[in-house]
Amino acid sequence: MSDPTALTLAEARDLLRAKKISAAELTDAHIAAVAQARVLNAYVLETPDKARAMAKASDAKLAKGEGGALEGIPLGIKDLFCTDGVRTTACSKILENFIPPYESTVTANLWRDGAVMLGKLNCDEFAMGSSNETSAFGPVVSPWRRKGSDAKLVPGGSSGGSASAVAAGLCLGATATDTGGSIRQPAAFTGTVGMKPTYGRCSRWGTVAFASSLDQAGPIARTVRDTAILMRAMAGHDPKDTTSVDMPVPDYEAALGKSIKGMKIGIPKEYRIDGMPAEIEKLWAQGAEWLKAAGAEMVDVSLPHTKYALPAYYIVAPAEASSNLARYDGVRYGLRVPGHDISEMYENTRAAGFGKEVRRRIMIGTYVLSAGYYDAYYLRAQKVRTLIKRDFEEVFATGISAILTPATPSAAFGIGEKGGADPVEMYLNDVFTVTVNMAGLPGIAVPAGSDGQGLPLGLQLIGKAFDEASLFTLGGVIEDAAGKFTPARWW
Amino acid sequence: MSSDSATAATVDAATVRRIAHLARIAVAEDEVSHLQGELNAMLAFVAQLSEVEVAGVAPMTSVMPMKMKERDDQVTDGEIADAIVQNAPVSEEHFFLVPKVVE
Repeated sequence: MSDPTALTLAEARDLLRAKKISAAELTDAHIAAVAQARVLNAYVLETPDKARAMAKASDAKLAKGEGGALEGIPLGIKDLFCTDGVRTTACSKILENFIPPYESTVTANLWRDGAVMLGKLNCDEFAMGSSNETSAFGPVVSPWRRKGSDAKLVPGGSSGGSASAVAAGLCLGATATDTGGSIRQPAAFTGTVGMKPTYGRCSRWGTVAFASSLDQAGPIARTVRDTAILMRAMAGHDPKDTTSVDMPVPDYEAALGKSIKGMKIGIPKEYRIDGMPAEIEKLWAQGAEWLKAAGAEMVDVSLPHTKYALPAYYIVAPAEASSNLARYDGVRYGLRVPGHDISEMYENTRAAGFGKEVRRRIMIGTYVLSAGYYDAYYLRAQKVRTLIKRDFEEVFATGISAILTPATPSAAFGIGEKGGADPVEMYLNDVFTVTVNMAGLPGIAVPAGSDGQGLPLGLQLIGKAFDEASLFTLGGVIEDAAGKFTPARWW
Repeated sequence: MSSDSATAATVDAATVRRIAHLARIAVAEDEVSHLQGELNAMLAFVAQLSEVEVAGVAPMTSVMPMKMKERDDQVTDGEIADAIVQNAPVSEEHFFLVPKVVE
């Protein structure tokens, strides 16, 4: 075996089953790769001992022919998923010493199927960010560089550690979460595949909450097939989450290679925004051509409330965050900074424990929910959300199977380049992805091309509720046409 | 313009201090004007929602139509006080300790 970290998850799985590689070998190769790539700052906690113990148990199961769907597959876990006995911080100082005495449902599902945990992955603090620069552990560096430059680029966010680790071969796949684009935007920035499933498909139990009506867990991996394999393991009904849907989880891998002949794909005119770079326009047209060549029909559609999704999101998400993050008060867990009375203790704790972006969003959320402003902001935003969802329903009612859009308005940017003066500049990164969260729909980002500087660019496919399978089928067509995107190793 | 319009709203320094207190986040005096600028930038951005005609539109309450699940009224766990206080910054005999609240 030349380099086990260069395998796809599917290839590794097949070699493990054929006993051509052991889980121990595969895990050791990844532990070494992680240790050599610390300059990327992708992992905030490495768990090599745990990984080796899990790999040993996997080898025993594989030897008896009792391996699960992910038996012996080394994965990275976003530090937003609570892991029993393993520090979980949401990349916030306020949870710097938090050791959960329980396991999130999504990660428990992965361990049930035999996966191996390599460690916890960096992310924006409480998943609030689009560049992984708000993490209390510092920014993640993308394994990608512009041609002829060694400037450090962001991997996107909030699942920046997940995307960077997957792109750099520091795991075979990773868990991630997506509230406004936090799976799809980093996947697009790093040439990886990211799936945000339908709201309710994955349990939210044991995942640190940001905005509960928008948060969904999903996978990032190097191929559409790998993403499909992980998705199947992560999804499923959980009685501990009342919004978890009791519906069978299909074999998503079986969706790959299916014919798309006669499928109608919507091209929404509202996604052609002012100032969109020509290379994004070109990529989008190219994606449509590929799908057409495979037998699908392109149909111009309209989603008239698209431009209101981002402003509505910046009311709904901070409002929910301000409520969810009220639990960090220095009493039951997390940081405590003393004060002369309990109120001052709360205020000092939260001022010291939360970073700048989190404090800003809690304050906006507090304002829009406060007496006298609730109707003007929060109630109006929830009405706009109804209209955004209705736009999609009307398009799908005309027989459209999926909608094709760019994943991001640009390629990755440099660390420190955006959002310094005006927070809204950073928020605009999510303009194409946030609509999907507002409507609760599934979306996949698939690498489809490069910009003039050699950086990867992604396309997004948006599906009907609970029809992730079609997105894997269509994503597979784009992947086959576009080829793979792997960063040149410099670390 | 209807009475629930979000246009032209800006926060002043006193409002920033009031929100910070409601959110239980200590804000130093020299941070107020910076925060005020950032919050006003966000409010200016979301103000475009006032263009949307929302008369007769129901506010979203559940993004996927689903019936709230019910479960049997049974005790399903317990006797885990050690685990519950394990991460507490200050605790004593399974109690969370806080500064004195009642004079």
